[in-house]
Amino acid sequence: MKRITATGVPRIGLIEFPGSNCDRDCADAFWRHFGIKLQPVWHTERVLPNLDAVLLPGGFSYGDYLRSGALAAHSPIMAAVKSFVASGGPALGICNGFQVLTESHLLPGALLRNQGRKFICKAVDLMAGSGESVYCRSLASRRLRVPIAHGEGRYHIDNDGLQRLRDNGQVAFRYVDQNGAATADANPNGALDNIAGIVSENGRVLGLMPHPERATDLLIGGSADGLAILESFLTSFM
Amino acid sequence: MASVGSPDSSEFEVVVQLKPEVLDPEARAIQETLARIGYDGVRSVQVSKRYILTVDDKSGQGAALVESVAREFLANPVSETFQVRKL
Repeated sequence: MKRITATGVPRIGLIEFPGSNCDRDCADAFWRHFGIKLQPVWHTERVLPNLDAVLLPGGFSYGDYLRSGALAAHSPIMAAVKSFVASGGPALGICNGFQVLTESHLLPGALLRNQGRKFICKAVDLMAGSGESVYCRSLASRRLRVPIAHGEGRYHIDNDGLQRLRDNGQVAFRYVDQNGAATADANPNGALDNIAGIVSENGRVLGLMPHPERATDLLIGGSADGLAILESFLTSFM
Repeated sequence: MASVGSPDSSEFEVVVQLKPEVLDPEARAIQETLARIGYDGVRSVQVSKRYILTVDDKSGQGAALVESVAREFLANPVSETFQVRKL
């Protein structure tokens, strides 16, 4: 795996909200596989340290009160995160992090309660959409096996928004079956167009419901495909 | 009935629900269960959230405040609509 030399280690902020619980897995994944130490940033901070990128991990910030990610989106640190993204800063939001990004309007659409009403915890297959983002280009035609664990992962956007996502190549990942087809059976939560993840218009912000940080080691879960997603994230700004 | 609180404050009700075009699995679950347990004649179920806000209203600014809270915070405009009513 790629190891970054000390002179070029990227500074990635790990935003932690009360109830975030996937921060440690993220830190572990980046340290063990890339030699990068994520910098924890507590949600009450108002200023970000000097960073190359920002990561919003999964969990149950604020207990999912009001709506998943809705209260976290108004945490003091988010004003600084919004400025960072507005000036072109790269960001990755995983699961609850994706929900925080949509509630912050840093990504379009919303994540709603799973169609089947159940919290789903299982491995799914993903395929990158067609587009110009680093994820679409570097992961094209590759089926990735990554776990999901969520109760509110059903991506929703209005018709105009969906058309814009398609036209702009902003659909980053879709749930697919063994043949790479985005079928209804392959859709775990009823997400529109089987959308599992999207990027912002400038391609520098990725939000996805699956957990790439939980698919970095064959010994745990039987797939290391998540590394490819994390590596694409690093490539996007290194 | 007199409103709760002082003459300087007012009570408002905000009701938030999913847009009609958005699937609500909870409402569907309730409706299906009603049919299964013998409640014939229930044609539809809508589930909404109801918030009661007691706000400063000395100068009549309460309605605008509640409207803003509802629009910017309590409801997600992507998937929800809301109604405000003074109690």
